[in-house]
Amino acid sequence: MDNERIDQIIDKHQCEASSLIQVLLEIQSENHWLPKEALERVSEKLQVPLTRIRHIATFYKAFSLVPKGRHEIHICMGTACHVRGATRVLDTVQDLTGIKPGETDLELKFSLETVNCLGCCALGPVMEIGGKTHGKMAPAKTADVLKNYE
Amino acid sequence: MSEILLQIDGKEVGATEGMTLLEAARKVGISIPTLCHHEKLEPYGGCRLCTVEVESRGWTKLVVACVYPVEKNLVVRTRSEKVDRIRKMILELLLAHAPDAFALQDLAKEYGADKDRFEKEASFCIHCGLCVRYCAEVKKKNAVGFVDRGTRREISFIPEIAAKECWNCKECFPLCPTEALQAAFVLTKALFSPPHPGPEPRG
Ligand code: SF4
Ligand code: FES
Ligand code: FES
Repeated sequence: MDNERIDQIIDKHQCEASSLIQVLLEIQSENHWLPKEALERVSEKLQVPLTRIRHIATFYKAFSLVPKGRHEIHICMGTACHVRGATRVLDTVQDLTGIKPGETDLELKFSLETVNCLGCCALGPVMEIGGKTHGKMAPAKTADVLKNYE
Repeated sequence: MSEILLQIDGKEVGATEGMTLLEAARKVGISIPTLCHHEKLEPYGGCRLCTVEVESRGWTKLVVACVYPVEKNLVVRTRSEKVDRIRKMILELLLAHAPDAFALQDLAKEYGADKDRFEKEASFCIHCGLCVRYCAEVKKKNAVGFVDRGTRREISFIPEIAAKECWNCKECFPLCPTEALQAAFVLTKALFSPPHPGPEPRG
């Protein structure tokens, strides 16, 4: 992500320090992570100390300070999904992608996270990829779904 | 400014509006232990060690003296049985993180806190925020800040700023109630300065 695009996002928020989180969220969603240079740019333009930005960027799970894959997989480990076999879904995904929760593969294809309830327990076990919800997952079905992602 | 009269440990104390209980107590020589308070910094209320019991209109409650503003006719007890019990517990929890901190050991003696009560989890920093706030509020350099949250929260220097500012300042070092701050700085320095620092004065 270049400085020009970052400046555009910042200008959209009138360079207001109070829009810090909004600005970071937009960079995160476009770029999938927050590079150090981007944070420095934001710090300079919004006049917010870098210490504060880093505190916020490490506080919320929505932000990542390391590169993320093109597709972010969220596997629900909430109670309802758990009793319906979320662990087996997670195991399958780990085997197929070779990464554990919190990790990203070397080709930057997938990132894996676990979450606790996505709010659609009736569909459990639930796996979400890039915002799209896949319900009633079973190991074989999980493999089929993953094949569709490049 | 009008004078506000209140009672602290049985003593009549006059204070002005906007003062905290801690300031009012110190003015008349009543000491309340603190870990995260510093006169030059905004009240923070992070450590809760300065907890006192206040009574107004028949109700008693526990408040932190370093942020609670004085009120007319307030009755304050700085050393009740309840207060002492709470301070003992806070100290025991903090000692699990920084068992060797002298400031904590001294207080532990006074409050009968057992430093081995909780399993050690030596992270050394007790999150008082003195270093972080001093750097931001007094020095306005923001070289050190907190990162992460909950049990993983820790202080972290911004190497680029630290390399420029910290060597000649280090005013935060003596503020730290534990040795965590110095350790973090030494680490940052070791990681980010070249093996033979050029113009840096060697102590
Ligand atoms: S490093 Fe020391 S001064 Fe800084 S927050 Fe931790 S305990 Fe407080
Ligand atoms: S527990 Fe998985 S969606 Fe609620
Ligand atoms: S001194 Fe009051 S909360 Fe720390």
